[in-house]
Amino acid sequence: MLKRVHFGPSALPYLLVLPQILVTVIFFIWPASQALYQSLLVEDAFGLSSKFVWFENFEYLFEDPYYWGSFQRTFVFSFLVASLSMGSALLLAVMADRVVKGSGLYRTFLIWPYAVAPAAAGALWFFMFNPTLGILPYVLQFIGYDWNHKVNGTEAMALVIFAASWKQIAYNFLFFLAGLQSIPKSLIEAAAIDGAGPGRRFWTIVFPLLSPTTFFLLVINVVYAFFETFGIVDAITSGGPANSTQILVYKVYNDGFVGLDLGGSAAQSVILMGIVIGLTVIQFRFVEKKVSYND
Amino acid sequence: MIENRPFLTFMAHTVLILGVIVVAFPLWLTFVAASHDAVRMSELPLPIWPGTHFFENLDVVLNKGLWGGDGVGVSYMLVNSMIMALMIAFGKISISLLSAFAIVYFRFPFRMGFFWMIFITLMLPVEVRILPTFEVVANLGMLDTYWGLTVPLIASATATFMFRQVFLTIPDELLEAARIDGAGPIRFFIDILIPMSRTNIAALFVILFIYGWNQYLWPLLVTTDQDMYTIVMQIGRMLEAGESVPQWHLVMMTTLLSVLPPVAVVVFMQRLFVQGLTETEK
Repeated sequence: MLKRVHFGPSALPYLLVLPQILVTVIFFIWPASQALYQSLLVEDAFGLSSKFVWFENFEYLFEDPYYWGSFQRTFVFSFLVASLSMGSALLLAVMADRVVKGSGLYRTFLIWPYAVAPAAAGALWFFMFNPTLGILPYVLQFIGYDWNHKVNGTEAMALVIFAASWKQIAYNFLFFLAGLQSIPKSLIEAAAIDGAGPGRRFWTIVFPLLSPTTFFLLVINVVYAFFETFGIVDAITSGGPANSTQILVYKVYNDGFVGLDLGGSAAQSVILMGIVIGLTVIQFRFVEKKVSYND
Repeated sequence: MIENRPFLTFMAHTVLILGVIVVAFPLWLTFVAASHDAVRMSELPLPIWPGTHFFENLDVVLNKGLWGGDGVGVSYMLVNSMIMALMIAFGKISISLLSAFAIVYFRFPFRMGFFWMIFITLMLPVEVRILPTFEVVANLGMLDTYWGLTVPLIASATATFMFRQVFLTIPDELLEAARIDGAGPIRFFIDILIPMSRTNIAALFVILFIYGWNQYLWPLLVTTDQDMYTIVMQIGRMLEAGESVPQWHLVMMTTLLSVLPPVAVVVFMQRLFVQGLTETEK
């Protein structure tokens, strides 16, 4: 952690950490503690007075069917985004690992969606599936399917899932490809000599050896689906129709800034912070095992 | 290659080409939409091959503005996005370099306390503490300023952690040698540490530029003055307004403009991008 050889005591290190600590305290620790405090208050309708109510906001949330609905939707959403995106990325990575010619070119053409802003990704998919003009609804109507995600909640959810998974394929692809390339070729050659075909080699050797990468990506994808998809939801559906795509992050924003329910929004923030901290701990315990620090 | 199976290789290429087509299809449609005029973009079915109005639309979007042309294009939003992305990238890198230097190379009281304080920030994305952070920025009078747009986003444990890892791999002998030659801490930092971590800095810069450019919720909250809008925010606003007066050729041109700079960074600085992604693991 600290260098064996280091500089002696002076005021300099305090000056060096000062900017980072200032920003952290003002924009992270203070607001987070404000959220904790506000989650225990109830404000009147005009925001003039507030009352300390202990955990009433939380009790109210847990009794609120809309909140549970949002919770459930968020889980379904992140599960489907993670599986769709990781599944297709794994397939593409296995194929890219196999080809000798052109794998660099394929990589370039597969990783660029990482750079697309969530809101822009939302716009791309919204346009493609636009019920009145979009290309895909036009094609779908020929097989007798009437697509309208502005009315149908399931279709709206599907569209948000497509857009969110599409954006995340790049990240998963890169990590799966790196994982595949770090598997020793001698293992696979030995299995090939013993007569195992490509499919069997994949399921009995490659896939188990990839499991650290898969687990790491699973956590990253859940965090992504929980917290970084606000722009996608806002651009495509704004949480609708009838709240069918209102995931937790969207509800915090909506209740706080649109509904002006400060206590309720703060309580939701606190629950989300708990989820983030839980996920980060899981991720770090795993990363710690893989990486050894030299302290 | 383990064994030669021409059929499987052929399959692999087929799957990859299909994958590339599916991944690229939304962007292709955007480009096509941006190259047609309003009349063609309101007829079913929409085109799937480019038209001839690309540069005309580009001019309208950049210089004349949408919906009847009130004379204000989106070019200043591109400038705002660029300023915001650069400020976030430079800011994060500078404050993280400094604090990582202090934590690795100095022994001082509360060192670990500071370290954990920075560590906590790793856990809390801006989306989950959005309302109180907004209040702080409003109380400091930073709404509608570049500072309000960027400073709350520049505290990041990820960058500090990465530089700490990099510094830990730099041999101790370098510091000993520098001290024998009479170099103080600042001199050592500027002449040895920074040059030795420059590829890491560049890789991180690529990731942070994309992160800053793509911010959506935060600019949406802290800007009310149209002069401060960023290009990514504009997309959300246009999709809402686009429902009443659909001008898809202009909406998609704006989307294209917002997507191109970060995508160009990824494509042309691919090696640095991949390094940055794997080093920060996010």
